[in-house]
Amino acid sequence: MPLITNSKTRPEYDVIVVGSGAAGSMTAYVLAQSGVKVLMLEAGRNYDPVKETPMFQYPKDAPLRGAPTPDKPFGFYDATVDGGWTVPGEPYTSDNGVNFMWWRARMLGGRTNHWGRISLRMGPYDFKPRSRDGLGLDWPMTYEDVAPYYDRVESLIGVYGDNQGLENTPDSPEGILQPPPKPRGYELLAKKACAPMGVPVIPAHLAILTRKQNHLSIPSKLHPDNPKAAATLAEEMKKRMACYWATPCGRGCSIKANFQSTTVLLPPAIRTGNLDIITDAMVREVTIDKNGKATGVHYIDRETRRDRHAVAKVVVLAASGCESARILLNSKSTLFPNGLANSSGKVGKYLMDTVGAKVTGQIPALENSPPHNEDGASSMHMYMPWWMYKEQKAGKMNFARGYHIEFGGGRRMPEAGVLKGLESETGGSYGKKFKEDARRYYGTFITFAGRGEMIPNEDSYCDIDPEMVDQWGIPVLKFHWKWSEHELNQTAHMHKTFAEIITGMGGKVTTPVETDGRKAIYKPGEIIHEVGTTCMGEDSKKTVLNQYCQAWDVKNLFVTDGGPFVSNADKNPTLTIMALAWRSADFIMDSMKKGEL
Amino acid sequence: MSDQGNKIPRRDALKWLASAAAAAPVLATGKATATETTAVPRTSTDPDLAKPVVPWNRILTEAELKTLASICDVIIPEDEKSPAASTVGVPEFINEWVSAPYPTQVADRQTIRGGLSWLNTEATQRFDQEFASLKPEQQTAICDDIAYLPKTKPKHRFGALFFAKLRDLTATGFYTTSQGMKDIGYVGNMPLTKFDGPPPAVMKHLGLA
Repeated sequence: MPLITNSKTRPEYDVIVVGSGAAGSMTAYVLAQSGVKVLMLEAGRNYDPVKETPMFQYPKDAPLRGAPTPDKPFGFYDATVDGGWTVPGEPYTSDNGVNFMWWRARMLGGRTNHWGRISLRMGPYDFKPRSRDGLGLDWPMTYEDVAPYYDRVESLIGVYGDNQGLENTPDSPEGILQPPPKPRGYELLAKKACAPMGVPVIPAHLAILTRKQNHLSIPSKLHPDNPKAAATLAEEMKKRMACYWATPCGRGCSIKANFQSTTVLLPPAIRTGNLDIITDAMVREVTIDKNGKATGVHYIDRETRRDRHAVAKVVVLAASGCESARILLNSKSTLFPNGLANSSGKVGKYLMDTVGAKVTGQIPALENSPPHNEDGASSMHMYMPWWMYKEQKAGKMNFARGYHIEFGGGRRMPEAGVLKGLESETGGSYGKKFKEDARRYYGTFITFAGRGEMIPNEDSYCDIDPEMVDQWGIPVLKFHWKWSEHELNQTAHMHKTFAEIITGMGGKVTTPVETDGRKAIYKPGEIIHEVGTTCMGEDSKKTVLNQYCQAWDVKNLFVTDGGPFVSNADKNPTLTIMALAWRSADFIMDSMKKGEL
Repeated sequence: MSDQGNKIPRRDALKWLASAAAAAPVLATGKATATETTAVPRTSTDPDLAKPVVPWNRILTEAELKTLASICDVIIPEDEKSPAASTVGVPEFINEWVSAPYPTQVADRQTIRGGLSWLNTEATQRFDQEFASLKPEQQTAICDDIAYLPKTKPKHRFGALFFAKLRDLTATGFYTTSQGMKDIGYVGNMPLTKFDGPPPAVMKHLGLA
């Protein structure tokens, strides 16, 4: 059995953490730094970004020039191991007509190895959406309750961006954010075009180091009462380098310049000596004693295919919103016949993704530009936060929640599909004329992508498919889905807005602009922001968890991934997952000290 | 969605393993970094990203490759800035592409192989020789008829679909090479100590100076 730490497993742990992505690693980091003995179980294989990341490799060196395939759906060099929209031997099903897409990664660090690094704080409105517009649900805490944890997470992982003082787009305290990179040419053109539309174009917030972190000051601020923890963090923090402005972040980062749990959270957590990790351990069930307290988990060792049992005083599920719901629903007993922590019947319910849509345009002003390096931080340097809160509040819009705009394109590294379909611009040139056209049009296409808030509804959820198990014998999830008019109208608004921006840049829209949101919206799950399946709240009869991610029904059971989300603001969820996981870990520590768990 | 649908077939997966195993000793003797290869068993969903291998066999015949090279060079010929497509491995890339086991590539395989045959039939009917042996103006006469689908006669519609696909693949093959990237002015993928944003000449070009 692979153990990536040197020590042997203990007979019993204080805490078992299921999953090693953003949530699990944050939980494990905080607990291990506090002296708690933690066992982490990861369903996928061990993974080392320092050794395995293809830095600087060109598409030419990859099969099919790096093109996406069913085996590597985000392209050959994408960090994801044994995953994507399908995982070998681990199917899921959907209702008829519901093509839910569930992205998983079977590797240490999970999806943090390839994620988009976009790190936006939820704002004050986002925690109280029902109070604001009467739809969905309110969170059981406020922005002010979570803000100190946003501060800590941003300091720890390193997030570039700046403070603009915009509505529901929180500033960070002075000195927390890394300096944002300078805008690219096309980003400045978009800013100019957006100004008369009233659309703000401001520095994006991404978990990428634009300069080395100060390992002398940050660790002691994060762990003011724990010099040992500060020293441990400092040792690993100083191994992180600043971005050198090459290699797409989706491949991972061998110099540890961006955030992935395998370079930022797990190294210091392992260094404490308090964290053991077992990989290739597919958890299927949480076990309980006769009093209904969690005692540990059953998992399948993927190498021997044998069932194992690990024991701890506390169990934390952080396996991803849907996977954690699946484990709970599969943990049936006479005490909990509908699955563990499910007396409310809400496990699996209120599944949300982010609303997505995009439009591409060709911008003549970018034609024949002098060659220059636009790689930058690989992802966006600028973005557009939602700007129409007042209009929505005044009831002037036909959808209730906002979206932000991500955009990119330009002179990026040519890969499979470069200059594809150029005949729509050239009228079908070939030969020397085609080569001239390629020089003219390369780098002139910009894509605008909306990322919007979905409101939770009763028809979007996951449950157990009674007719199928995966290759480990574990019953699989079935997905059910329905968009509301809010999401569909929002999507149509995105298309209209993006077309306006492109036109404002003097450009030509090159992809369809839909007035019917159904034709424009991405498939459910496709934005990979699954949240809401184990929602938190104030009422134990209507929700699964309290505001500290603690199960109402089982006090030593916690869920710290996207599952606890009550709403899914347009702000990408990873930063909030980590802030809530840290807050939950503090609560676990406090409760353990008081002997309450 | 089940995982049965579009993963790499088992026989190709086995080839993948075999090719990875065969490649290992070469790498071990060839490169010092080979010692860093992890002990992970490689599969199509977990390939070694640092040492890519193409596990499938190439299927195009010598005759097909000859026709392919000829039309690739009509699409991307040599000029004063960069070489012709066939001199930088584009036909070999397209062979790799159409030989791959995935649904997109399998569909393209039919378009490209069928298209190459169609092209020779067309060349023989018009000029009594295969495409590769035609004079440049004869090749151009055929390509002009199929260069742009919206302006193509009904009888040439398949030819136009083939040509559009082939032009896309030729562009991918060509502009991902160092010569192709240099031609269109991609100058990134190099480590920098800082990112300065667009240089003054670019700001001026964009009207932002």
